[in-house]
Amino acid sequence: MHPAPSIIAFSTFSGLGLGLLFWLGIDPTAPTGWVAFAFFAIAYALAVGGLISSTFHLGRPERAIKAFTQWQTSWLSREAWCAVAALVTMGIYAFLLVFFDTQVAILGWIGAAFALATVYTTSMIYAQLKTVPRWNTVLTSALFLSLSIAGGALLSGRVTIGLILLLVAGGLQALWWKTGDTRFKQSGTDLKTATGLGKIGEVRAFEPPHTGTNYLLNEMVYTVGRRHAQKLRMIALVLMLVVPVLLLLLPYPHIFGLLAVISHVAGVLVSRWLFFAEAEHVVGLYYGLR
Amino acid sequence: MTQLPEKTDRKMGLVIDLDTCVGCHACVVSCKGWNTENYGAPLSDQNPYGADPSGTFLNRVHSYEVQPESGPAQLIHFPKSCLHCEDAPCVTVCPTGASYKRTEDGIVLVNEKDCIGCGLCAWACPYGARELDKAEGVMKKCTLCVDRIYNENLPEEDRVPACVRTCPSNARHFGDLGDPDSEVSQLVAERGGMDLMPEQGTKPVNKYLPPRPKDRLNEEIDILAPLLAPVVEEPKGFLGWLDKALEKL
Repeated sequence: MHPAPSIIAFSTFSGLGLGLLFWLGIDPTAPTGWVAFAFFAIAYALAVGGLISSTFHLGRPERAIKAFTQWQTSWLSREAWCAVAALVTMGIYAFLLVFFDTQVAILGWIGAAFALATVYTTSMIYAQLKTVPRWNTVLTSALFLSLSIAGGALLSGRVTIGLILLLVAGGLQALWWKTGDTRFKQSGTDLKTATGLGKIGEVRAFEPPHTGTNYLLNEMVYTVGRRHAQKLRMIALVLMLVVPVLLLLLPYPHIFGLLAVISHVAGVLVSRWLFFAEAEHVVGLYYGLR
Repeated sequence: MTQLPEKTDRKMGLVIDLDTCVGCHACVVSCKGWNTENYGAPLSDQNPYGADPSGTFLNRVHSYEVQPESGPAQLIHFPKSCLHCEDAPCVTVCPTGASYKRTEDGIVLVNEKDCIGCGLCAWACPYGARELDKAEGVMKKCTLCVDRIYNENLPEEDRVPACVRTCPSNARHFGDLGDPDSEVSQLVAERGGMDLMPEQGTKPVNKYLPPRPKDRLNEEIDILAPLLAPVVEEPKGFLGWLDKALEKL
């Protein structure tokens, strides 16, 4: 699949921002005043910035509001609702904390639930697609949620739980890659079922429908960069897991904590790029490609 | 609405005969010709006369080589467009309700005024039937020529999809696949019409007729082979001398 920068930025940054909102929402002793303002400003900058960047890949962004209508069937529509619900609830919660030093715990809990629900709906946009076997698994949701919560813990300065969650997210990432490599084969879709010609013999794509490229090939048969996938996986894992864990074990939590966050975000960006670049859509079969 | 109808009154669709398709791409051209100036936005081309041309098409013809266990390879031309699936995954993923499946005839359409061009429906389709038009920013797909098939301003013989009307080898058939007595349903039953990627669970309405078994010339020869064996294995006389002389050179 084509790794659109706007989608990679959206899912990484909004995931982090929503993860931070989750921790702020369930914190029994949430920060107040200017400290709260700083935390919520970072969370909103990440979450809203991510959501806005997601509209850049639309063909008709001026109609984006219509995406709220089909929540009954569409995960993309549900994501829109959950995101608005999370941002509005947490907005009121934050307003009371910042300006009135008052914590309404129930609002925080509801906001935190919507924040996680938003990340889950984002993951389901991908996990629901049977056409992309690598994504079509509950592990995709587990991975997105664990990365969001771990990143949020890092951003909110929770060292111990952050360490544990980083290890969980890293483990899920490794498992997702390992099982993902065989999922296309396991899906049972190949050129024989795609053409129905397997009963006659071995099928080979002889001639494509056109000499140039097309939307389908650009969007869904992105093969550039897959050959460096193994190296990039190691880079992603080192940046998002190994470096932050080592930094968190050092003293001076503020400086090294910040470096840990930067390294983690860079790692998640690489991992998210691979999430798209490595994913094979079954339509590639018709072109003799993967 | 992106909820699929539980049942459609009719299942209008195409039956494509892989045995008779000659791969002339006339259906591709007539499809583009009709649909670029009728239903919805035109089908744009990008850089059509330049070094890297591309464009939006609703129907494309692939060609596959199939190698049986014995005998020569076969070349099979393979037109592919929207299959108007009963369980259309492209419809349910649409966040705006622009994609829908009609209750009256099962045709899957895009209301282009509601389309935000997010491209999720194209991701959800296993067949590559949907293409986002670069110029218009909205999703384009086969409409089964919805503006022809019910159009009383056209002569009756033209009230079929443009691709069907134009096919010179009669490889494309149009009709109601929900009616077991229709000509297309009979054809599917007779020739063993098949679904593409049945494991994807999309329940396509369009069916493909597999190529008929090819004649095998070599099997006929086998029976008469002893009688047709060469009478003289080694050349004699002048030819024998020539053979030896050339061998020595």
